[in-house]
Amino acid sequence: MMKNLNLLWFKEKFFSTPLNAFLTISIIYLGFITIPPLANWIFFDATFIGSKKSDCVSGGACWVFVNVWFERFIYGLYPAEEIWRINLAFGILAASILVYNFANQKIRKYILIFLFGVFPFISLFLFHGGALGLPVVDTREWGGLFLTLVISVFAIIFCFPLGIILAMGRRSTLPVFKYFSIGFIEFWRGVPLITVLFMAGVMFPLFLPAGSNLDKLIRVIIAITLFEAAYMAEVVRGGLQAITRGQYDAAKSLGMGYWKSHFFIILPQALKIVIPGITNTFIALFKDTPLVFVVGLLEILGMINLAKTNPNWLGLATEGYVFAAFVYWAFCFWMSRYSLKLENRLKTSN
Amino acid sequence: MEKIIELKKVNKWFGKFQVLKDINLSVSTKEKIVICGPSGSGKSTLIRCINRLEEHQQGEIIVDGIKLDGNTKNIDKIRSEVGMVFQQFNLFPHLSIIDNCTLAPMWVKKKSKKECETLAKEYLEKVQILDQGNKFPGQLSGGQQQRAAIARALCMEPKIMLFDEPTSALDPEMIKEVLDVMVDLAKGGMTMCVVTHEMGFAKEVADRVIFMDEGNIVEEKNTKEFFENPENDRTKLFLSQIL
Repeated sequence: MMKNLNLLWFKEKFFSTPLNAFLTISIIYLGFITIPPLANWIFFDATFIGSKKSDCVSGGACWVFVNVWFERFIYGLYPAEEIWRINLAFGILAASILVYNFANQKIRKYILIFLFGVFPFISLFLFHGGALGLPVVDTREWGGLFLTLVISVFAIIFCFPLGIILAMGRRSTLPVFKYFSIGFIEFWRGVPLITVLFMAGVMFPLFLPAGSNLDKLIRVIIAITLFEAAYMAEVVRGGLQAITRGQYDAAKSLGMGYWKSHFFIILPQALKIVIPGITNTFIALFKDTPLVFVVGLLEILGMINLAKTNPNWLGLATEGYVFAAFVYWAFCFWMSRYSLKLENRLKTSN
Repeated sequence: MEKIIELKKVNKWFGKFQVLKDINLSVSTKEKIVICGPSGSGKSTLIRCINRLEEHQQGEIIVDGIKLDGNTKNIDKIRSEVGMVFQQFNLFPHLSIIDNCTLAPMWVKKKSKKECETLAKEYLEKVQILDQGNKFPGQLSGGQQQRAAIARALCMEPKIMLFDEPTSALDPEMIKEVLDVMVDLAKGGMTMCVVTHEMGFAKEVADRVIFMDEGNIVEEKNTKEFFENPENDRTKLFLSQIL
């Protein structure tokens, strides 16, 4: 009985018309000719253990390459004996997030204050060093996934509030703010990121007075922040436009001024509406970070590009790129899932 | 009686269209007035001028001794003393009913959270939706939402309450529950300006009824006189259609 039902269901879903039957069979065939070779290459014929390229003789992927270079892919050229500092910082971050998930409202508030107010400074100090007996690690030695995360996390933290301010500015009735915001947004949206990075990394120091210097990484983070803030502003503006006049009226009628009504009433609703757009921007930002190679910073993809040109490891670019793709995908997928979770949690109507 | 609201020769235009024409109106403390008239007659605009949700271009509006002009401090002060209830409720959908009520007292009047919650519960009790306090506006019926909106305005402990067609967006069977709350409020001695088509409500609680048409106050009489002896033809026509 049950089996009959399943067969019927199967027939209805996949073979209901000749065209559907054809599509079903074609897709099965496509899967049949692509998936097994891919799986063989990635898993069954692959070599996982070894220490040099000649260990890979099986014909599949040579994961030995990723294995041997793993530390470089993750930490860049960071001195091996100082890597614990990065691990410690990310350990603190992971622990805070873990505690946050299980804590009550009151403790959560303190964790948030810590994460946004204190932790950035602790982590930067750990990464850079220069006091308390920690030797300085110059930002030139930062790299790999670690650099990807530093750039994207700081750019995300800064571009979000800046984008909100710009979006509010663009809707402002005060001409100075309005036209400044419009000019800012249209300028940064109109130039490609790669030229912005090039300007920040190579040209900008030429304009500075001799002797003064702003770290290249900081210049890059500022450049990405300004660039993404312009996109963020337009996303947030979309949300602001969705809020009805009645909400403004109600907030005003209760005596709330511009800032209070925006902070408590308008922005919480507007931002909730545009969570998908915000996530989009964050994901795009994260995937834009490899472009920092134009100023000589090597995040994870840059490190892979460096490793694949090592004379002892030539010809293994594919393995490197598959690994990079997997890492990028994992982070982006996590962001996407997290935003969905957030959307569901903030749902207040049925 | 002390005049709490005074409008002198108020004029207002939307673009070239004049919505308010030389409006003179004064309301005494504890007085209840009902403003009625056909749609587009400027009655909503008139009461929205009293807490400056709309700006008038000519004339003078004085509320509780404070003159409404470009001074934003005055405006915020007036608004925290004048409660308003809207046709579309305009509750904050991202906040629970109780948070809707406590937000403004907490952040505008700077009261403690505990104090605000006590206050909110008191007024939610008064409008008989205390049991709905932890729900969100989207989970309530229209009548309940409008009562919550009244409670939210009352939590600011206003001296004046403005109602802008509070029952026009409600299903017929929910109108009564909102009107009951408003009648209670009127009997409690609140100063009220109500824009409404509910003539039953007007007869029961209003001290004075004002009839507006095309931006003018056409007729202004005490309630009994207004219904029994309307003078203006436009008023007579309106009453014959609505009663």
